[in-house]
Amino acid sequence: METNLPLENEAAAAAASRPLTVKIFGVGSGGIAMLELIARSPLAGASLAAISADAESLARSTVGEKISVETKLLRGLGTGGDPERGAAAAEEFFPTLKEACAGATAVFIVAGLGGGAGTGISPVLARAAKEAGALVLAFVTLPFLCEGNRRQQIARRGLEQLKAQADGVICLPNQKLFQLIDENTSVVEMFKATGGLLAEGVNSVWQLLARKGLIEIHFADLCGLLKDRHGESCFATASATGAARAREVVAQLFAHPLLDGGKVLTEAEAVLVSLTGGPDLTMAEVNRVMEQITGQCPQAQIIMGAAIDESFQQRLAITLVVTRRGATASKKVSTGDAGESDSLPEKETGARPQSRLVPPPPEISQEMAREIFASKTPGASRSRKSHAKMSQGTLPLEIISKGRFDKSEPTIHKGEDLDVPTYIRRGVALN
Amino acid sequence: MFDTSNVIVGLEIGTSKVCAVVGEVNAEGELNIVGLGQARSRGVRKGEICDAPVAEEDVRNAIVEAEHMADVEIRSVYLGVTGAHVRGCNNRGVHQIVSADREISEEDVQDVVKNAKAINRSPENHVIHAIRQHFLVDGQDGIPNPVGMLGSRVEVDMHVIQGNFNRLQNSVRTVKGLQLEVDEIVFTGLASSLALLTNEQKELGALVIDIGGGTTEYVVYSKGVIKHIGVLAVGGDHVSNDLAYGLKVPLGRAEQLKCEHGCALANRANAGPDITIPNEFGLPQKTVSVENLRRIMALRLEEVFQLIAQDLELAGVLDYLRAGVFICGGGARIPQIAQLAEKVLQMPTSIGQTNSISGLKSAQEHPEFAAAIGLVKVGSKQQRKRTGRKSLAGDIGNTIKQMLGRA
Repeated sequence: METNLPLENEAAAAAASRPLTVKIFGVGSGGIAMLELIARSPLAGASLAAISADAESLARSTVGEKISVETKLLRGLGTGGDPERGAAAAEEFFPTLKEACAGATAVFIVAGLGGGAGTGISPVLARAAKEAGALVLAFVTLPFLCEGNRRQQIARRGLEQLKAQADGVICLPNQKLFQLIDENTSVVEMFKATGGLLAEGVNSVWQLLARKGLIEIHFADLCGLLKDRHGESCFATASATGAARAREVVAQLFAHPLLDGGKVLTEAEAVLVSLTGGPDLTMAEVNRVMEQITGQCPQAQIIMGAAIDESFQQRLAITLVVTRRGATASKKVSTGDAGESDSLPEKETGARPQSRLVPPPPEISQEMAREIFASKTPGASRSRKSHAKMSQGTLPLEIISKGRFDKSEPTIHKGEDLDVPTYIRRGVALN
Repeated sequence: MFDTSNVIVGLEIGTSKVCAVVGEVNAEGELNIVGLGQARSRGVRKGEICDAPVAEEDVRNAIVEAEHMADVEIRSVYLGVTGAHVRGCNNRGVHQIVSADREISEEDVQDVVKNAKAINRSPENHVIHAIRQHFLVDGQDGIPNPVGMLGSRVEVDMHVIQGNFNRLQNSVRTVKGLQLEVDEIVFTGLASSLALLTNEQKELGALVIDIGGGTTEYVVYSKGVIKHIGVLAVGGDHVSNDLAYGLKVPLGRAEQLKCEHGCALANRANAGPDITIPNEFGLPQKTVSVENLRRIMALRLEEVFQLIAQDLELAGVLDYLRAGVFICGGGARIPQIAQLAEKVLQMPTSIGQTNSISGLKSAQEHPEFAAAIGLVKVGSKQQRKRTGRKSLAGDIGNTIKQMLGRA
């Protein structure tokens, strides 16, 4: 991945001088559905566009312009769940995509990864937008676990490609919501809920960029936060009114489903906080909110912004974009997070040298392991919930080895382990 | 056979090397470096011994080499100690003058110093140094020696350096296991600062940073006395470890890359071409980006200076360093380290030179020997005190003899 900080800053400076025009693209059928949800709340200065490879999903779209990347190659059948076909079709329409992005300062790409169109077209679109001189931020969902291994793999590969092309990627694994939503929710509602969360995210990020703040957050800040992080990022929004709004808004924030009761914050590597209040916003309130958030994540790098909106009488809204470290073992399992934990076993077995003396461990899939573990744990089968909680933990994706200081006394300075390389603690990317 | 009374040996058991320096006080009372022995250290991590038998062997090798070079037999050493457990604090002692004429006597001064040393410390800690800063007589500040002055109340400021007793004893025991006596244990940061700084620099205010293999020690002088010390258990080893992790190369290779291509500043201009590492058959095995190497290194070193700057700011001494910063230790060898320190600390920075001693010129040009040379200097000062007393007694004896002879 390439970091081009000076360049980014220049671009951000250029972006700041121009009025912010954002173009939001819904890519693939999932992306188009989410675009519909986004379109419900008015976004001043943002234009919408739908891109898909099959005419059917495009026809369903009711907003903005429609771009079809239908080619002879696809024979009118869409991508058929093959991202390579999606990418090939998008490449053919590259000039069209670039033209569509022209004039926009920032391009938001909304897509559901795992299929053919969203996964294949998004990276190409990101590249086209970049060439057209826009900053690119992608909001994507990852498929549910039950959608199958293949879709997971496609989604993960697509995410990697997108990360390489876009300035920032905010990723929402659908599986994460599984535990949060009532069991009786219908499938349609479920997808709507995930789409709604993503739409909320797009909306809040748009707000924090569009509103001219007292303490401004630049697009470059946001991109720096999202780019080249090892973990995943998520977002949360909350708003409250009344006298005790500062306390309420923080309570709401910590109760936000995506923050797992504030647990995500304690594991955060970097946090972007954007506050929006009316003209009556007091410094004490800002201070109280920030104190509570920083109290939760003392080690995270925190970027803070504040804005005043005349229409926010008595109201205080807050948006959080959190980048997590490679999450810990218990975390990964309890959320059943599809993000990266699945890729671990593959990598591990690949890297482990074959020993001649010790036979390799038997191949056990996650399901099998879970079953074995459950059968050994008395009472685990009684309730489904405890079953899920008791499953065997997996190791975090990135184990930061302390190398030669493994066995010596750790050098702890203000809660930071100085034996861990500085560039890792500061989240500096190498190219 | 030969007189060893005026031979002074400084021994530093460092994380990357064990170093013994032999000094000699000549007839004029000048200190001369006559021998130097060093050995690669294998039993030390972060400035403290973790494998005593191996460390003992390394110390023996260094001592033997020094003995050969100086052609003396080493019986006792001034031993340098360090480690993250070493810390300093400023303390004030008070003493009321009760004599009728209110004249401050030698005993009063000893009493007040004793009071100042009685600091609130945990039982496992041991006071390594108690360094006198200034006396106050009836609130009047900045008196170097109050003996003979009149006053009702004398106070003294002391800088007390203490460390964990058991951990200090580890290195003392290692040396004693080689049938060597330990004259005194000295904090290595203090020794380095003595070797580097002139009296004017101490008076103006200076910061000495000794970047070693496993630890970084720093000492602040202001108005001629030590105001603040600190030890950070981060050093060159950490840089190598970071590189090994970041560039995915073995530790030994990382060490080599650090020495050959390392630089304290990372920018586009000095990025340089990528390095290709050959395997044992001479075929290219891996390509390493110099830009990444320098960036990893620069971040680590920058952090070290930032932590020091934060600590000095907390201690309130950052604004009193008019002579600037002096860097020594193996870390001083890193190209552009002075520029980096200048950037972070906002002060003129130079690589320390141990120019206050005569003798082996080659030894003094190396910043990594500053601590060991400083140890010898500490030794020579202590010796002078002792011999000074002795010669005074001798003088009196002679005069009595002369008087008797005349009579």
